[in-house]
Amino acid sequence: MITFMNNSDSEEEPCNERTSLMSAESPPVPSYQDGLQASEAGEAQAHRKRRAGNSRGPNITGGETSGSGVPVRESALENEEEELTLKYGAKHVIMLFVPVTLCMIVVVATIKSVRFYTEKNGQLIYTPFSEDTPSVGQRLLNSVLNTIVMISVIIVMTVFLVLLYKYRCYKFIHGWLILSSLMLLFLFTYIYLGEVLKTYNVAMDYPTLFIVIWNFGAVGMICIHWKGPLQLQQAYLIMISALMALVFIKYLPEWSAWVILGAISIYDLMAVLCPKGPLRMLVETAQERNEPIFPALIYSSAMMWTVGMAKPDTAARGPSQQAWDAAEDGREHLRSPLHAESQMSETRSPVPTRPVTSLEELEEEERGVKLGLGDFIFYSVLVGKAAATASGDWNTTLACFVAILIGLCLTLLLLAVFKKALPALPISITFGLIFYFSTDNLVRPFMDTLASHQLYI
Amino acid sequence: AFFWLLSLLAASLLWFVSVQLSGREDAALLLLGAAAAVLLQELCRFACFKMLKKADEGLAILSEDGQSPISLRQMAYVSGLSFGIISGLFSIANILADSAGPGTVGIHGDSPYYFITSAFLTMALVLLHTFWGIIFFDACERRRAGGLGLVVGSHLLTSGLTFLNPWYEASLGPIFILTLCTGLWAFGTAGGSLRNVLKCLSCKQKTEGQVMLYSALQVPTEE
Repeated sequence: MITFMNNSDSEEEPCNERTSLMSAESPPVPSYQDGLQASEAGEAQAHRKRRAGNSRGPNITGGETSGSGVPVRESALENEEEELTLKYGAKHVIMLFVPVTLCMIVVVATIKSVRFYTEKNGQLIYTPFSEDTPSVGQRLLNSVLNTIVMISVIIVMTVFLVLLYKYRCYKFIHGWLILSSLMLLFLFTYIYLGEVLKTYNVAMDYPTLFIVIWNFGAVGMICIHWKGPLQLQQAYLIMISALMALVFIKYLPEWSAWVILGAISIYDLMAVLCPKGPLRMLVETAQERNEPIFPALIYSSAMMWTVGMAKPDTAARGPSQQAWDAAEDGREHLRSPLHAESQMSETRSPVPTRPVTSLEELEEEERGVKLGLGDFIFYSVLVGKAAATASGDWNTTLACFVAILIGLCLTLLLLAVFKKALPALPISITFGLIFYFSTDNLVRPFMDTLASHQLYI
Repeated sequence: AFFWLLSLLAASLLWFVSVQLSGREDAALLLLGAAAAVLLQELCRFACFKMLKKADEGLAILSEDGQSPISLRQMAYVSGLSFGIISGLFSIANILADSAGPGTVGIHGDSPYYFITSAFLTMALVLLHTFWGIIFFDACERRRAGGLGLVVGSHLLTSGLTFLNPWYEASLGPIFILTLCTGLWAFGTAGGSLRNVLKCLSCKQKTEGQVMLYSALQVPTEE
């Protein structure tokens, strides 16, 4: 999900009430978004393995969550708000392009150089049907069945998460999240580092390895779950998204991967926009309770200063503390929960929005956009698969990359227009899939023929 | 870049269908495919212009002083540059990847200068796309068909000249001359002139003028 946070504009009146109103003016829909994101996050934890939490992530939430009050809108306020939204929205679109691009670059670079991630070494239990069948029909059937299994696992996990949240089992959820990020940060990094060292034939002794992995993992846990510099947190989120995407690319069979990508964007669309979706319910519950949705995997492009967090001692804290709180929450969101048994962690990208509980404590917020980590993961899976399996090599990868970025741009534009939670996956994945198949089958022979004669068009 | 990709997709579809229908692959079809690709690219450039014009108007409405923060000329430059970048990337990425691998250039009798000439051609093409973008948008803005025709014509000419590869004197030379001419033309279209260049190089003149303006403003307050 993509969240777009409108901050109270300091350029306008310094009046607290006014800014409170502005922040509070975001309609309940944003809280939906939050909820959606949260539920996604929960789901992500649940499923994680296969489904990288992209589904959830794609929700785009516009505006802040207004946990409190009825938004009072004046038309002038609205216009200014719109204009500022667009202006800052454009800036934050660019701020989202950079991490998405970085994640894709890491994934493509790894795929191209490390053989491990393109070898087939079995499948995960979430895709039980093998694709090694002689006939095309059987293979197609198996991939569809795999997709059904995967999507149902995700749905079950999401519902489970929503139930947990409804019955206030917060400790369970937090423990789940911590466990999953632990596994992601330590185990997967260990495997990744091992494979990279093998590829470049570099020897490393175990004590050095232990120190490196311990430091990386410990700092990552702190950054993601507690406090840390924003850029370090962003870097860690990008890294774990890339790791998750690589695991998906390795363990998902060919055709299943494409069908799963398509199915999850449809699921994302439905989960975010349908009134009975679990994500929506999660958001509603969070909004009713006026509390922030528990940490989900979210990448935030700007530091959000907490405003009126539903914590008892918030009032006593200064702005810096509140900033850390926000970052903390944001990081929690970003963490990808890891499944206890699976080695893959599913990152859900719910976007948490902070509900504003007390208007007096409204601090200045920086406008920022949040994108769920699941989105990162699935974008990277698409581009990585294109790099791994397309025979047109770089042309296909480039085309998919451009398609995904354009999809993201369009989604953010829709976010600015509709100002409600929107799924970020469908448009990008659709464009990406269309461009992948068409570039691989149509453009590649054309460009190859042209290049062999050194013709330029 | 997205628009360029769309045009490439359409052109490839056309070529693919024509090859399937005719059942053979020969140079004539390739020529046809290349020409179709060029025309479709220009069509997509026009579509890009229309979309950016609308965005420009939207931004102008929303902004405080009625002027959009990005001028149409800047948009023209960016659009041309992005067309050039994606076109260049598609032309050179695979060649670059192959150049790292083991192999001998021109072992089957082709020219051994394949890589270097590809690099130069790609550079020329990127620059050309940028210039064409500027000229095209300006011609569309002022509704001058001449500019449009010249852009399409020079694009077709460039593509046609590459058909003369590996006779590099006939293809690279004219293409570079064409790039230079188009560059000068685009510079003139964008409002540049020899005077502007000289004024820019001698920066002192500009600031003096500003100082004078300021002091001119100051006079009334003193009184």
